[in-house]
Amino acid sequence: MGARLISLALLIAVWYAGSQLAGARLLPDPQAVALAIVEEARSGALAFNLAATLARVAVAFIVAMALGSITGFVMGRSQVADRLGDPWLIVLLNLPALVIIVLAYVWAGLTETAAIAAVALNKLPIATVTVREGARSLDRALDDMAQVFRMSGWTRMRHVVLPQLAPYLAAAARAGLSLVWKIVLIVELIGRPNGVGFEIGVAFQLFDVTRILAYALAFVAVMLAIETLLVQPLERHVARWRPQPA
Amino acid sequence: MSPAGARNRLDVAIKQKSYRAASGGRLQVLGELALSLESGAVAALVGPSGCGKTTLLRIIAGLDHDFEGGVSIPAQGMLGMVFQEPRLLPWRTVEQNVRLAAPDASEDEVEMLFAALGLAAHRNHFPGELSLGLARRVALARAFAVKPDLLLLDEPFVSLDNALAARLRDELAELVKRRPVTTLLVTHNVEEAIDLADRLYLLSASPARVLAEVPIARPRTPHNPEQLAQLRQEIARQINRAYL
Repeated sequence: MGARLISLALLIAVWYAGSQLAGARLLPDPQAVALAIVEEARSGALAFNLAATLARVAVAFIVAMALGSITGFVMGRSQVADRLGDPWLIVLLNLPALVIIVLAYVWAGLTETAAIAAVALNKLPIATVTVREGARSLDRALDDMAQVFRMSGWTRMRHVVLPQLAPYLAAAARAGLSLVWKIVLIVELIGRPNGVGFEIGVAFQLFDVTRILAYALAFVAVMLAIETLLVQPLERHVARWRPQPA
Repeated sequence: MSPAGARNRLDVAIKQKSYRAASGGRLQVLGELALSLESGAVAALVGPSGCGKTTLLRIIAGLDHDFEGGVSIPAQGMLGMVFQEPRLLPWRTVEQNVRLAAPDASEDEVEMLFAALGLAAHRNHFPGELSLGLARRVALARAFAVKPDLLLLDEPFVSLDNALAARLRDELAELVKRRPVTTLLVTHNVEEAIDLADRLYLLSASPARVLAEVPIARPRTPHNPEQLAQLRQEIARQINRAYL
């Protein structure tokens, strides 16, 4: 904990030194950014925009994780499904995020559905690939055991399969969350009337670096809180059976 | 078709079982192999390592359908199996491991099994916190908790020290006495077979077939050294005869 604080203090110090060198127009100092955050928070704009972005992140993340996990699991278990799905996966993986976003807006209009679908579609193939890897490495021995003892489909899923997939799901979720929020910002910049991305777009046109940093840092803080308060405790709970290193 | 008593019997009639080898040919692991156990019988399959004993158990357990021949297991067909390794779910506690396999077992039954196998203090431990001997006991408890019609044991005490293996054998014998169940035990340890079974099937090296059937008089009671020596001699004689 101490080391982390020192590292954080060092980052702020470097930032401050940078702002002195580059000038407040290009890189405002930490104090100015903090003031801007407070000001935006007072007017209520910060909370409104953060909430809009967070809602999009949450929906897109859940949709992508759910669909990606299911397709990944099926592809990992069935060779036919793997052969059928693999080309699609490669196309999706290699399609630039921007192309998917622009096409979604062109085809479905500048709507919330198009925005969320575009984000989910960007995240989907990565979740699929990760979970597929997990499904491929499921332990045959435990499968046999479950079959011999005639465990029900639900019991097998809940107690035999999911715990084995947990590390892969966690990896997909981790990587996914940060990817999703970065793409949500682009989606908002291009075609939404609110959200952190929209605000950053406006600030860019006004060349207002202070506001760009204020919104970006506020949202990073939100994601950091989600990581420490939600993701990490969940991971600890899921891994509680692993023998602790002495 | 089948005689009346046959419904609770285990009948195995395998013509042959082979694997496709990586080099292209087929590798035969089981030859013509027939055995049948009436309800409550405890038989041991004794054979050299790698003779196909585990393959045979997998076929009987219904985990492998790719063979020629037929297997009919006791009517209700509830299986209890102890694999060569404990095969517990590492992310579930000892008690959960037993209960997930045997959701219908009552609190008393589970309690009784844990007491008989010395697991009472470990109910809430995870398998990673257990020694191999304890983990094997959990596997035994799990197999008995389902109240099996057929119990399959695949070298359940391999890689334990002699004293511990002997103690676990006694505990197993005690459980079988308390609740008779048709049991097939696979082992390469003749002593273990004599201790537990009322009949031995001696298997040849791969492809396995039955060389001889050796009945044990007064099974699961301590044998004196003289009887033991006699039994060993008889087994050696049967094996030698089969090879001549």
